[in-house]
Amino acid sequence: MTSTVAIDFETVIGLEVHVQLMTKSKMFCGCSTEYSGAEPNTHVCPVCMGMPGVLPVINERAIEYISMTGLALNCEIAGFSKFDRKNYPYPDLMKGYQISQYDLPICQNGWLDIQVPGEEPRRIGITRVHMEEDTARLLHRVDASTGEGYSLIDVNRSGTPLMEIVSEPDMRTPAEAREYLVRLRQILRYIGVSDANMEEGNFRCDANVSLRPFGADAFGTKVEVKNMNSFRAVHDALVFEQARQAEVLRSGGTIPQETRGWVDERSVTVSQRSKEEAHDYRYFPEPDLPPLRLSRDWVARVGAKLPELPAKRKERLLALGLSEDEAVTLTESRERAEYYDATHAALGDTPRAAKLAANWVLSEALRWSNVNAKDLDALPIGPGQLAELILMVEGKAITSQVAKDVFEAMAASGKGAQEIVDEQGLGAISGADELTGIVRRVIASNEKAVADYRAGKEASLKFLLGQVMRETKGRATPQVAQELIATELAE
Amino acid sequence: MSDLWRLTGHEAHEGLRRREFTAVELTESVLTRVLEVEPQVHAYITVTADVALEQAREADAKYASGTATPLAGIPVAVKDLIVTKGVRTTAGSRILENFVPPYDSHVYEQLRRAGAVMVGKANMDEFAMGSSTEHSAFGPTSNPWDISLVPGGSSGGSAAAVAAGEALVALGSDTGGSIRQPAAFCGVVGLDPTYGRVSRFGIVAFGSSLDQVGPIGRDVEDVAVMLDCIAGHDPRDATSNPEPKPDFRNYLARGIEGMRIGVPKEYFVEGMEPGVRARIDESLRILEQDLGCTVDRELSLPSTEHALAVYYIIAPSEASANLARYDGVKYGFSDRTGNSMWQNMEDTRQGGFGVEVKRRIMLGTYALSAGYYDAYYVKAQKVRTLINREFQAAFERYDLIVTPTAPTVAFPIGAKLDDPYAMYLNDIYTIPASVAGLPAISVPCGESEGLPVGVQFIGNFWQEGKLLQAAYAFETAVGWANRVAEVGGSG
Repeated sequence: MTSTVAIDFETVIGLEVHVQLMTKSKMFCGCSTEYSGAEPNTHVCPVCMGMPGVLPVINERAIEYISMTGLALNCEIAGFSKFDRKNYPYPDLMKGYQISQYDLPICQNGWLDIQVPGEEPRRIGITRVHMEEDTARLLHRVDASTGEGYSLIDVNRSGTPLMEIVSEPDMRTPAEAREYLVRLRQILRYIGVSDANMEEGNFRCDANVSLRPFGADAFGTKVEVKNMNSFRAVHDALVFEQARQAEVLRSGGTIPQETRGWVDERSVTVSQRSKEEAHDYRYFPEPDLPPLRLSRDWVARVGAKLPELPAKRKERLLALGLSEDEAVTLTESRERAEYYDATHAALGDTPRAAKLAANWVLSEALRWSNVNAKDLDALPIGPGQLAELILMVEGKAITSQVAKDVFEAMAASGKGAQEIVDEQGLGAISGADELTGIVRRVIASNEKAVADYRAGKEASLKFLLGQVMRETKGRATPQVAQELIATELAE
Repeated sequence: MSDLWRLTGHEAHEGLRRREFTAVELTESVLTRVLEVEPQVHAYITVTADVALEQAREADAKYASGTATPLAGIPVAVKDLIVTKGVRTTAGSRILENFVPPYDSHVYEQLRRAGAVMVGKANMDEFAMGSSTEHSAFGPTSNPWDISLVPGGSSGGSAAAVAAGEALVALGSDTGGSIRQPAAFCGVVGLDPTYGRVSRFGIVAFGSSLDQVGPIGRDVEDVAVMLDCIAGHDPRDATSNPEPKPDFRNYLARGIEGMRIGVPKEYFVEGMEPGVRARIDESLRILEQDLGCTVDRELSLPSTEHALAVYYIIAPSEASANLARYDGVKYGFSDRTGNSMWQNMEDTRQGGFGVEVKRRIMLGTYALSAGYYDAYYVKAQKVRTLINREFQAAFERYDLIVTPTAPTVAFPIGAKLDDPYAMYLNDIYTIPASVAGLPAISVPCGESEGLPVGVQFIGNFWQEGKLLQAAYAFETAVGWANRVAEVGGSG
C-alpha cells in the first residue's frame, strides 16, 4: 500500500500534541488533579465548575512546567505572553469558553531531533507550545429500559493544565511521526512534567496530513485526523490516510479540507466535520488574567532545573565507548540513565567501568525491570550495591555464574552482596588444595570423558570442567579448575 | 425608635456603640420600612429577613463584647449579582431565577466579617445591562422620589433601597455608570472604585475588564466606611491590586483648598437638561468660591466622545463569552422540552434571557466574529488606550475632573425602553471613566424639577481618597446630604 504512494506523492505531516501537566492542583483553581479513579465530580469547586462570578488564577507551577518543556524543545520563552478566551459551546466546557493562548504563546520556534532506526536523522520544527485548560469528561449512556441515550458529565478533569505542542509540517512518513511522538514523550517524562501516557489520555495527538507531488513546494490541502489513542493508532491512521488521499488524487479527485476521525476497530478514518462547519472561535484576550511577564532571571532559574536530556546523555555515553544500541537503551528513561550513571560512578571513572556497568545494567538490571514492569529507581539494589557486586566478580571473590544468583537474592531481599555471599557460603573456590580433591573425584567418576580427552577430544575437558562447576555449585573459579584438570590428566 | 431606618450607617454605629438601641431593633425598623414601601418601590428581588435578624443578633454580641467595627449591625442592601452562599442570586435574570450559590463572593465575606446585616438582594437590570432597572426579569424598581420614574440602573435597587430607607447603605456594581447614575437619580452618594481596588471574585460577570463593585450611601462618610470594608487585595482575583489599601475614612475632613479641578468642555455641548446644567454650574461655583479650588472649564478630552462606542463594543464582547455558561445544563433555568441537547440549550437561552441581554450577546458575538474582530474589538481597544492617555495627561494638570453624572434627572418608567440608543446615551458622562478604569463618585448637588441631580468627581488611578476628600467637603458645602425619600406612605 505505502510503496505505491511513494512513487507519486510526498506525505506532509504535522502533529498537535496535548499533554496534561503533573501539577498538584488545577490550572486556575486549587482543586487536586489526583482524580484518577475518584468518584465523578469529587475534585471540583465553583471555579472549575464555571459557576457565576468565579475567576481564574494562574497556577505558577504549570507555567514553570511549560517553560521547562519549551527550553527542552529549544524554544524561545516569551517575556510577554497572554491568555485568550476560545469560544465554543459544548456541555463539557463549563464556562462556554476555554482559556487558552492565541497569538502570544509562552514558547515558540523550537525543534526536536529524531532518527528513525536505519534512516538519516531529521530535525522537526516546533511551532509553539501554549498553555490551556482541559475540559470535563462526557460519559454517554443508554437507558436500559427505554433504550434512550443520555450523557453524564464528570467535571473532575475540567481545568486540568493542558499544554499544546504544535509541530511544523516537517514529518514525511508515518514512521517519523511515531518516532517524533516517542522522543517527545521521552523528553516530557525526563523533565518530569507529565506521565505522558497516551492510553490514559494525558498525552493526546491530532495529526494534520496532506500529500503533494514530489518536488512541489506548495502544500496540498490538509486533513486533520483525530481519535488516535496509541502510537500504533497514529501510525496506522497516517498510513491509511496517505493511501486514501493518494487514491483520491490519482483518480483525479481533490481532497476537501476536513476533520476525520480514526476508527480503531475498523482501521479507517471517517469524515467528522467539513471546513464549512468549522467553529469561529472568536478568540479575544482573557480580561480576567493580566498578561504574563516572565523575566530572564526566572526563565534561567527554571532552565537550571532541567536534567541532562536524552540526546545529550546518549552522546556522552557514546563518548565513553559504548555502542549506539547500548547508549540508546541506557538513556531510554531518566531513571534508567541515572541508575547507569550512578553505577558507573561507583565503579570508578574508567572505560572498563563504563563497559562493566553497561553490561550489568543492560542484562541483570533490565531483566528485573522487564519482569517487574518497573523502572530502575524501584530496583531494591541501589547503584552502589550493584557496583559492590560487580567489584566482587572483578576481584574474583565470586564467580560470574554465582553473581547472577547473588543479584537475584539481593533483588528479592534487599541485602548487600557480601552479606548474601557470607550467609550462603558462595565465595569463589580458587585454592588448588581445595579444588584438587574435587577434580580427582570428577576424573575418577567420568572414565569415558577422560578416555575421549586422552584420545585427543579437547571438548571433553570442557565437559569435565562443567562437572567440577556442578560439584561446587558454580563457585569454582573456572580458570583455576581447568588448569587443575589439565594437570591431573597429563600425569 | 421606630424611625431608626432614617439614620446613616455611621450615625447608627454610634447609637449602637452607646447602646441606645440594638442591632436587632435597628434591623427590625428597616424590615418594617421594607414592608411599608416595598410594594411601591420594589428595590429587592429577595428580602432576607431571617438572615438579617440572625446577623443582627451576631452584631449585638459584638457590641456587647466590645469587638464591633463600624459596619457591625448596619443593614445593607446587596445587589443581586453579588454571590451569597445559600441565598438565591439571580443577577436579575430568569436564567438564574432558582440559582442558590454554594460559595460567597469576596465582598460579601468582607461584609460578614465586619458584622454587617444583609436586608436583601437588590433589584437590577438583568446581568447589569441597562440604565433604568426596567430590564429586570423580576419587574422594575421605582424611584423613591417619584414612583412613576426609574431609579436609574443597573444598580437601581441598591440606590432606591438606600434612598427609601430600606437599607442604610448598599453595594452596587458599576460597569459603565451602574452605581453613579442611579445614585444621582436617587439622591444618594455612589462610588465606582478604581478597577482592581475591589475583588470581583463572586461578582456575576458582565464586562470583566470594566466591572467593579462599589458602595452607595446617604452620605460620603458611609461610602468611605463601606469602601474601607470591601477594598483590598484578594488573591482569588488576578486583577485585584496587591498594594495595601489606605484608610479611606482618614481623608474625609482634610478640606480641599487649592485643589485643581478640570471640567471637560466637550461634556457641555448637547443633550444636557438645563436644570442639570444649572446645578452643575452652581456646583462649580461652590467648589471655586466656597471651597477654594481652582476650576478650569477649558479642559479638553476629545477622545471621550468615542467612549460610548468603545464601551458598546468591549462590554458586549466580554459579555458574549461571560454569558455562554448559562446553557441550562448545570444550574439555573433549564428548558428541557426540546428533542435534542442543542434544541434544549437554545430554548433555555431563548426563554431565560431578556431582550436587552440578547441584544448585547448578539452585539458582542458580532464584534468578535472572524472578519470583524479587527474593525471592532481591536479598534475599540486602541481607542481605549487613547482615552486613557487623555485622562493621564489631564491628571498632570488637575487633581480631579468634575462633570455631571447624567445628562438628565430620573425619567419616566417606559420612556426609553423602546429606544436602546437613547437609554445608552444616559451613561455618556459615566462611561469614559469606566473605560479608563478610573475611580469616580457621584454626589447629590441639589435638585432640578424637584428631583435629585448628581455631580461626578473623577480621580486618577487609586485616588479614591482624594475623591472622598473632595466629595465630603462638597457635600458639606451643598448641604443636601442624607435625605430619605418618604415614598408617600410614612410622613
